Amino acid sequence: MRIACPYCGERSLDEFLYSGDATVKRPDFASPTAANEFVSYTYERSNPPGMHRELWYHSAGCHAWLVVTRGIATHAITSVEVARDVALNEKPATKDSI
Amino acid sequence: MATPGQGSGTGSQPNRLETGGLVDRSRIVRFTFDGKTYTGHPGDTLASALIANGVSLTGRSFKYHRPRGILSAGSEEPNALVELREGARREPNTRATVAEVFDGLVARSQNRWPSLDFDVMAVNSLLSPIFVAGFYYKTFMWPSALWEKLYEPAIRRAAGLGRASDEADPDTYDKATAFADVLVIGGGTAGLAAALAAARTNARVILVDENATLGGRGVDDGADINGNPAHEWVRTVEAELSSAPNVRILRRTTAFGTYDGGTYGAVERVSDHLAVAAQGVPRQRLWRIVAKETVLASGATERPVVFGGNDRPGVMLAGAVRTYINRFGVLPGRRAVVFTNNDYGASTVAALKRAGAEVVALVDSRAQISDEVKRIASEAGARLLLGAVVTGTLGKKRVTGVTIHTRTGEEERLDCDLVAMSGGWNPNIQLTTHLGSKPTWNDKLLCFLPGTLPHGMSLAGAVAGDFTLGKTLVGGTSAGSAAVTAAGYAAVSVPVPKAADESDAVAPLWRVKSPNGKAFVDQQNDVTESDIELAEREGFRAVEHLKRYTTLGMATDQGRTANVNALAIMAEITGRTIPQTGITVARPPYTPVSLGTLAGHHREKHFKPTRLPPSYRWAKENGCVFVETGLWLRPSYFPRPGEKDWLETVKREVTTVRNAVGICDVSTLGKVDLQGADTAAFLDRIYMNGLKTLPIGKCRYGGMLREDGILMDDGTVARLGENHYFITTTTANAVKVVQHMEYCAQWLWPELDVQIVSATEQWAQYAVAGPKSRELLQKIVDPAFDITDAGFPYLGVGEITVCGGIKARLFRLSFSGERAYEIGVPARYGDALMRRLAEAGKEFGACAYGTEALGVMRIEKGHISGPELNGTTTPRDVGLGGMVSTKKDFIGHVLGKRPGLVDPERPALIGFRPLDRSQRLRSGAHFLKRDAQATAENDEGYMTSVAYSPSNGHWVGLGLLKRGPERIGEIVRAYDPVRGGDTLVEVVSPVFVDPEGVRVRG
Ligand SMILES: [Zn+2]
Repeated sequence: MRIACPYCGERSLDEFLYSGDATVKRPDFASPTAANEFVSYTYERSNPPGMHRELWYHSAGCHAWLVVTRGIATHAITSVEVARDVALNEKPATKDSI
Repeated sequence: MATPGQGSGTGSQPNRLETGGLVDRSRIVRFTFDGKTYTGHPGDTLASALIANGVSLTGRSFKYHRPRGILSAGSEEPNALVELREGARREPNTRATVAEVFDGLVARSQNRWPSLDFDVMAVNSLLSPIFVAGFYYKTFMWPSALWEKLYEPAIRRAAGLGRASDEADPDTYDKATAFADVLVIGGGTAGLAAALAAARTNARVILVDENATLGGRGVDDGADINGNPAHEWVRTVEAELSSAPNVRILRRTTAFGTYDGGTYGAVERVSDHLAVAAQGVPRQRLWRIVAKETVLASGATERPVVFGGNDRPGVMLAGAVRTYINRFGVLPGRRAVVFTNNDYGASTVAALKRAGAEVVALVDSRAQISDEVKRIASEAGARLLLGAVVTGTLGKKRVTGVTIHTRTGEEERLDCDLVAMSGGWNPNIQLTTHLGSKPTWNDKLLCFLPGTLPHGMSLAGAVAGDFTLGKTLVGGTSAGSAAVTAAGYAAVSVPVPKAADESDAVAPLWRVKSPNGKAFVDQQNDVTESDIELAEREGFRAVEHLKRYTTLGMATDQGRTANVNALAIMAEITGRTIPQTGITVARPPYTPVSLGTLAGHHREKHFKPTRLPPSYRWAKENGCVFVETGLWLRPSYFPRPGEKDWLETVKREVTTVRNAVGICDVSTLGKVDLQGADTAAFLDRIYMNGLKTLPIGKCRYGGMLREDGILMDDGTVARLGENHYFITTTTANAVKVVQHMEYCAQWLWPELDVQIVSATEQWAQYAVAGPKSRELLQKIVDPAFDITDAGFPYLGVGEITVCGGIKARLFRLSFSGERAYEIGVPARYGDALMRRLAEAGKEFGACAYGTEALGVMRIEKGHISGPELNGTTTPRDVGLGGMVSTKKDFIGHVLGKRPGLVDPERPALIGFRPLDRSQRLRSGAHFLKRDAQATAENDEGYMTSVAYSPSNGHWVGLGLLKRGPERIGEIVRAYDPVRGGDTLVEVVSPVFVDPEGVRVRG
């Protein structure tokens, strides 16, 4: 499998580490239901067929965390995004919120 | 007309034809087979050379030890497996049909004892009723005690293949990656045509072929292209491709696997055809080829016919017979019977006749055949037996005749020394199925054709079902043009070479009814058609069950000549169609790949390189004993003359640190430099303890958790400036912590301004520990810097210079419990600083100490390390519960509060000493109440770390004991059944030295 790192170009699978589901969001520790939310965040994963949004780490390259959209049966990759950009888009700056 | 050989130049090779073939007749090579010397020519395979010399018996079969010979002329060979070479290069199970002969080659037959000619294990044939399908599961089940001691060793001895060398492989193996616009797999006529069409653009083309010479079946069949012998066209195309700068031809290279993203694995046998690889040249090379477009032109493999005694030496695939005649110029037999269900019988008859053999008969299972085939048979003087089948073979170690069942139901015997059989052709579709695509059955061609192709792959030639030469050239040319266009190049028009389309009609013949003798389906694993019937009767009808029950297709040849026949026979027995019965899908590798090739140069130190700490050279000069920790080679202890064992040395090192001063290389600790306006906030979310209040110029111990609340790592956090921090990690977690921090910074909290860079290799760092450590440092630190206790108190941090202006960092930290410092300099000064420290330390009685003394002192102080940070412990478990912040969010905060992790019954860290102070403690011992039975239910935890404490004069231990901290003073059992230990120990404080912590502050 080859992953097109936005920084390094298309590189071979063995330069990357897979690190799970990119759709789960770390819950707010102050939420009244934080205990359950963190259990779900840490342990609960569904494994549907089709396309997955996954976190990959370019460990033997630029050290960027990436969000890779990949078909788990076909291994077809439809997009590779910089995780930081994805995270910033999904969550407006909350620097002062904690 | 060529005749087998009495002529000149063939040496003593009786079956070498006078002319023909592509071997280099001007040169002779000598090789041995089972100790006897033979000759061959460069260009021969071991199989062709053995045939030239009249050797037809090459091995014994797996289960029944039946005599076996050469079945094929290619990589599908199930029978002619031999051991090649000697000593460290001895290599088992090599197919004689692909091994090239060279001068000095030593080859041996396998699986026979005492000799190939007389094999006592052939009695297995008499025991054949117990060796039927499923015999592993049935015969040897009871009594089970006999399995390990008797049955298995006996079976392994009797039923086995070759022996691998037990010496280290002396050869080297290489790995390479190549990129192509168009990859062509297979250098037969289709592949050559495709490569040529692609190469005439500027596209990067790679052509791989598993044979030493290109041309494939076109050459094997001795056909004509553009009115000349096919090999002449091949030579012309090869010359053009070889001289094109955009083309790379990889000969002797098997593409063995299809992987995602247009990636293919291939093995190039760089030096297998040489006695010894040239200096600096690998034996084999593993290629990873990444291609935009791939033309698969992998050809087809001929099917044997399943009839009685179809495994006897002298029974050969018809296509192989043509290959031996046309490519190698050898004649596999002089009186041949050709047995077929297809029109290729005609070309076999013609080739045999041309080579001077007598063709006794063409036995064709079809009642009707074309006039053209009839004409060829008649011209060759061969009897034509239509609607007839060969039921069995006569002879022992070589076929001497066949029994025929004629169309009218009569039995007939024919004398012959060669049976050329053909049951039709199976396209080599394996590489199309590796990514999960299922092939489809074609009822006209009687074979599986590729289903949906992997992205970027197209087909040419026989693999696409285009079996005739003319079609391979048309299909190859258009596939090459289409591929290069898809890769983004403007195709150049290429004239299609002209060749005839021979007739390829075929009718089903999967097995012969009422065979005379055992009829083999899988020759390598000795699976017969009656095994398939038995499997069916016993309910193993699904293909996957059939395979596992009979071991069909599970040998080193992966059943390339067996699987489709087996499937068809099962379909026939169960009255289903072949696609209803199942399909065969292959996994990589297409042909066996040696482990050495997969390992490549990643062997020994190249697999696990050694990382040397900065003081390595000095330590080695000073007699250090090193220890491997991960990749690092760390100083373990520094024995001095007269010290009788390591314990005496370690005691001396510990005592020196506790009373004077010691120096220890701690550069292997992970180091991370963090900068940015939000670094403090970032670290506060990563560490379990509060760090926001850490002042500039100070450092603090810190622990980090996983999100599940378990301790991940510990280390120190130093604040060098307003927005500049420097943290250390354990040696083992140096890489993991950086990855974790980058995850947090990039994914969890991208809004924070923090930059992270690993600095582990950039800094050499030494612990200088002991009451005289400051005095020693004062000799090194430049006078401008105040390191008095007032100016540089415990947990102080400073950027200083040493030795006259060398930039350095000083940390007042202690792992030993003594007054201690860590001093860091840029790694290039590491060696020099160690030498200066050792020199300056002489007047204080300093010594260097290693990981052993370091470990003893941390246990004496109750500090946790790897054995306690073991991926199952919480901060509370190891006595750090008080450090955990309750106010802030940090990784592990929420889940760390789960009831199971804060249960007071959990084993928690505490100290131990033996009740009888002379006794030794062992880590791993489990704790039991003093008078409890040694059962798992009574287990109360275990000892994690022990050391002989020179400071106490007895062994001390740290361990995790249920409610440990509440049980100080209690006596418990430390029970260690594995090493026969059962010691009474006293629960004590885990701090065995200076419990008030005065020394560390000076
Ligand atoms: Zn990258």
